[in-house]
Formats: sequence, structure tokens, C-alpha cells
Amino acid sequence: MDVQALHDVVHNSRDVRRQQTLPKLSQAERDTLIKKFHPDHREAAYRPVAFGPNEGDLTVRELASVLEGDSVVSEDLPLTPDHEVDVLVVGGGGAGCAAALHAHGQGAKVLLATKLRLADSNSVMAQGGMQIAVAPDDSPVQHFLDTLKGGHMKNDHLLLKTMVEEGPSIAKWLLELGVLFDRDPDGNLHVKKGGGSTRARLLTCSDYTGLEIMRVLKDEVLNQKIQLLEFVAAVELVSDEQGACTGAVLQDLDNKRFLVVAAKTVILATGGIGRLHIQGFPTSNHYGATGDGLALAYRIGAPLVQIDTFQYHPSGGVYPEQLVGQLVTEGIRSEGGHLVNAKGERFVNELDTRDVVSASIIRECEEGRGVRMPTGRVGVWLDTPLLEVEHGEGTLDKHFPAMVRQYARYGVDIRKDPVLIYPTLHYQNGGVKIDVNGETSVKNLFVAGETSGGLHGRNRLMGNSLLDLMVFGKRSGLTVAARAQTIPQGRLTLNHLQRFRAEAKKHRVTNQVTSPVVLPAYTEQP
Amino acid sequence: MTGSFDTGKAVSQEDALRPPLVTVEIAGKSFRVPAGITLMKALWYTGHEVTRGAGCLGGFCGACATYYRTKDDPKVKTCLACSHAVEDGMSFSFAPVFPARKATYDLNQLENPKQDLFKLYPETPLCRNCNACTEACPQQIDVREGVWKAVFGDFKAVSETFMDCVMCGLCVPVCIADIAPNLVGVYASRAYGVREMEKPPGLFDRIEAIAEGQYKDDWDRILKMTDEELQQASATIKS
Repeated sequence: MDVQALHDVVHNSRDVRRQQTLPKLSQAERDTLIKKFHPDHREAAYRPVAFGPNEGDLTVRELASVLEGDSVVSEDLPLTPDHEVDVLVVGGGGAGCAAALHAHGQGAKVLLATKLRLADSNSVMAQGGMQIAVAPDDSPVQHFLDTLKGGHMKNDHLLLKTMVEEGPSIAKWLLELGVLFDRDPDGNLHVKKGGGSTRARLLTCSDYTGLEIMRVLKDEVLNQKIQLLEFVAAVELVSDEQGACTGAVLQDLDNKRFLVVAAKTVILATGGIGRLHIQGFPTSNHYGATGDGLALAYRIGAPLVQIDTFQYHPSGGVYPEQLVGQLVTEGIRSEGGHLVNAKGERFVNELDTRDVVSASIIRECEEGRGVRMPTGRVGVWLDTPLLEVEHGEGTLDKHFPAMVRQYARYGVDIRKDPVLIYPTLHYQNGGVKIDVNGETSVKNLFVAGETSGGLHGRNRLMGNSLLDLMVFGKRSGLTVAARAQTIPQGRLTLNHLQRFRAEAKKHRVTNQVTSPVVLPAYTEQP
Repeated sequence: MTGSFDTGKAVSQEDALRPPLVTVEIAGKSFRVPAGITLMKALWYTGHEVTRGAGCLGGFCGACATYYRTKDDPKVKTCLACSHAVEDGMSFSFAPVFPARKATYDLNQLENPKQDLFKLYPETPLCRNCNACTEACPQQIDVREGVWKAVFGDFKAVSETFMDCVMCGLCVPVCIADIAPNLVGVYASRAYGVREMEKPPGLFDRIEAIAEGQYKDDWDRILKMTDEELQQASATIKS
């Protein structure tokens, strides 16, 4: 197969496409497209959860198994604490770091545990930017309405209002820590337009926004000498007689030993779920994105919301094979890159919301207008050279150095040739139900970031995740620090685990998987 | 490709599409793996349990810093195992965790960040220009140049030079002056942001407007709306 001949379809159709403007779809057209082609609507992939707080609710089979899964911890594990702290933060990504820094800043004794290294996370990969309404023609209210529209009107209004209103103060906090957001010549923050947004609202650090933020937050966590446990996973929570959370059981991944943490409050910031490969999709997520926080929170009794909806990012790599599932930044489409099918045609307004764009790519491929590569995989083109044509040579090097490098490693020059993409499992729209301070229905158990649910509705807008992490990391961190001054350390029991196991037995759930999954089982067994 | 690591399930692939096997050496031991997979996938394919040394799997976190050598080439190079493909005759090993010293500081309390660099990281001006750090960088950063810019106090240039830095730390063990260039880079870059960058006026205006309740009427109106009214409102915003 001649890959160059496939490329030529894109090169030869470019001038015609440049003259086109594609209308945005009407609400009815969007709904129809999504119902027909979005993976959230494949009934066979779903089943009801058998028992627990979300009994009877539909979710994807992979997540249902994890929620119903059993703990590695036995009920007679001695709960003598190895650590006694005000706040245990589980997870070392953006939400975990923001929570730990804010709680520590208020004088709380914080322990941060992560099963990878500090800052190894999805946050570090965020390329597109962070939505904050700072531009003169913008406002938090506009941000609210855009997000609501993107989320199909299903967002929790109070969480969303909280996030958009606190956005500017988060930008201030990050600037004070030394994060170098892109600037305009007048010194103001430079904003870019993201898919599904009516205003330019994305703050960026070229296409390394997440990396820059996480480099700074990690450095600050270390500067503050916050106690840190790396390669240590949370495998169970502990509760008192009233069912409030009072700490956790951790497991050291190097020596498999259990560590008991007595904590007045626990913040779960364990991120997403991509490595469960829902519906067999490749994923853009990091190695540890196995939904651990969902399993832990569920077992102790915290209900989840909107667990039937996931985000399949429109642009996951398809070719070369090494980049399968990896994210290709949305910024290319923000700056005018076209999506092109095998016939050289555009088929969707590239700046529509992620779910609409993904569904339209799946439609093109299922209806035979996808491009099949020698590897057997199918996708559509993202016309990257168009940016050089539209905005001048050197645009890609200047605005997308990470992506140029990402492909150059495998001999693909995105300045000269388009790249093939297909939706990749990117984000868990729902999660643990929280209030505006990140507290779950279980007292003293908090959740921040992707593990939480409700804020994004049924589809998260580009750039809203980084802000979510910072706002609810901060709010949960401040809340637990204040809480710790007013409450004693509760008793440590595994009563909730006994109850959970009794429920499983009552519902005749057998062959349970062990959850949390902690790391995906990629190692080939002999 | 041939394993479960792309989709969670083994992908059945037609024989015609199945890539040929190549021979690689992992930590001194020989294995046959499918051509073209990443070094990380080669580890899983050959039965290695990976708990350390894997992070974002997207080339951004620097967890999988790796030394490798290609067939018959004496030069040992570096890469990120998640973002580099195997080739026949290649030999590779994960880089061990290197015990670099990170200085701790409060950027707001420093008297003179450019001078304080020499207190926090006194080894920085001892660079002997050997260029080993630059050669070791899997991100092709001109690390040596970045270190010198830090020494000369051009922290803006340091921040630009190190913007691509994934903190893999491969520049550290090769330094004969015991400099940790990546840590110097973070320090200088943050110091530039905190101490030299001007405050964006628009941001502070917006924060003030929110604090003064400038959007209160809008919120009151919007939060009372029914779903239908909200849908109408969000559909009619002009781009």
C-alpha cells in the first residue's frame, strides 16, 4: 500500500477545502449523530451494576466489574497506623498536588501517596490548555453556558458555577507559583479558542500546558517538604462505626506490604479510567488510569453519577502503530486544521464539541469513507500542513513543538504530511458525586478531579479538566485543612468492607475481580 | 499490535499484517519481539512486570528514561521507552533512578534569584562545557546552553530552552560537574515567572469584577432558568 498516495488525496483537495465553511449542526442533528455513532450509545457495552450505592444503574461492563470487585485486604488486617495525618491525598496528578499544597498551606499535616511517581499523570499530558474566562469579551457566565451546552445541559449547576467563577483566581495562583502562560504583547494572558467554546478562553504554555503546570506543582510540593509516598497504591479505605472515612490501607508496590494510614480526612485524586480500555478502545491515558478512586469510594458507600458516559477524544493516533491511542492535540483543529476523509472531503465542523466530532469520525469510518492503513487500522486525516499554508511556514514548529517531535520520532513530518486519527478513550465524564467542596456522601471522604462527577455533564469541554483539577483540588484542600482542626481522628475499622462483602454474597456476585486494579495487566503471561 | 496493551484485549490480526519479529537485548538478555513496537511494549511483550519506569506513556512525564544502542553502533543513546520503536539488534536498559539533589526554596523570599542560584545550586558555574548533557537529552534540548544562560542570569532564555523538558533526569548522571541541569532549569524558569514577569492586568480586573459581584445579575437570571431556557440561552451566544 502506498501511504504517499493516501496523503496526496489530502494535498490535492486542500485548496478546495480552504474555500469551504462547514456549518455547525443543529441541536437535532447533533443528537441524531451522537445516538447513532457515539460509543456511549452502544447498548451491548452496558449492564446494570449488581449492588451497592448505584445498584441497577447502567454503566459499561468494564466499570461495573471494577465497582463490584473485591478488596485485596482481609477483614482481620491489623489496623495499627503506620502514619497518622490530618489529610491523606491519594494521587499525584494535578488535583492531588493542588489539594496537598492548599491543605499544607493552611497548616494541615498532609501525606500524599501515589502509585507512580509524583506528577506522573494525565495532567502532565494536557496540551490544549486551560479554560479560564479572562478576555474582555468573555465572562464566567459565558464560560458556564458554553460548558453547559457542551455537557448536553446535564452539568451540575452549582459545581459548574463554582469552577468558572474561581477560574481567574486559579490563574493568579499558578502565575504566583511561576507557571509561564503564553502572553500577548500587552502583557495580558493570551487566549486561544477551543472546540465548543464561543470565546477564546484557553490559557496555554505552547502545547506543554499540563507539563509546565505539573513541573511547577511538583517542584513546589517538594519545596514544601510535603510527606510523599511514591509507588504506593491505595487499596482500601477505612471507616469508623458511623461510616465516616478515617483513613486508608495502602500497599507498597515494591515490597507488597500494607501500610495503614489514620487520616482525619481523605482526598481521592486518582484520575480516570482509560486503562480499563472500555469497549476495547485504545486510550490516551497514563499507565495508572484504572479507576481506582471509583472502586474505593464505591465500596465505602459513596454514590457515583453519570457513570454511563465517557469521552472519546476525536484525535487519537492511528498511524504509525507506536502512536495508537496517543493524543494528537486538539490545538491543530483550534488553529484551523481540517478533518478529511478518504475521498478528500471535510465532514464536520472541526470546532464542534468532542462528542460530535468523534461520532462523525466513527460515522465516516463505519460508512466506508475511512482511510485504511497497511497496519489494518482505519481513521481519518487531520490536515496538519494546512496550518503552514494558512499561517505561514514554521507555524507548527512554533505552536506545536511537542506534536512535531511526537511524530518526528517515527519519521513522520507533520509539517509536510497529514496524520491519521481515530477517537481514543480519553476521559471519564462522570464519577463520584461531590459537593462544592469536593466532599462525597461519605463524611470526611473527598474527591477531586477526574474521579469526581457531575461537573462536566455528558461531555467535557476541552480545557475544562485542568481547571476542574485546580479548583476542586484547592477547595477540597482548604476544606479538609479547616475540618482537621475541629474533629478528632476517628476509629479505624473495616466495617464497610464487611457490609460490602455481605451485599456481594446476597446478590450472588461471584468471580469478582480484584479492585482497585492499580496497574493494567499488560505483561504477557507465559 | 500483538499484545493486549493497545486495547486491553489481544488484537487478532491477519497473518499478512502481522509484523516480523526482531531480536533485541533487554538489560543484557536477548528476546524476539514484533518489529516497530515501542520499547515499553517490548517489555510487556517479553513478560516483564513494570511498576517503576512507566508513567504517562505519552512522552511527557519522563518516567521511562532509557539507554539504548543500535546494532554495531558503539554510541549509547537515550530515549523515552514509551515513545521509541524497537529495531533489530537494538540493546536497551531502563535508566536507574539517579540520586540528584534538589534544592528547596521559597521563590518569594529570595533576595536575588540570579545570585541565589549559586547558593542553591553552587555547582552550576562549574560547567566544563563537555556537552554531555545536551547529547543525553531525549528531547533534543540544548541543555548546556540552558545551564550557561542560567549562570549568566538570563532566566527568560532558560525558561524557553527548558519548556520541552520532561524532567527525565538523563542529563544528570552524565555531568562531570554534578550539575542537575533539569532542576536548575525549573528553578530559573519559575524564578523568571515569579520575579520578572509582569502581572497581566486583564486577569486582575476580572478577579476584581467577580469579587465586586459584577456578574450577580447575570447569575441570578441564569440560575433561575429552566433547562429549556438555558438551552436557548447557550444556543444563542454569538461566537
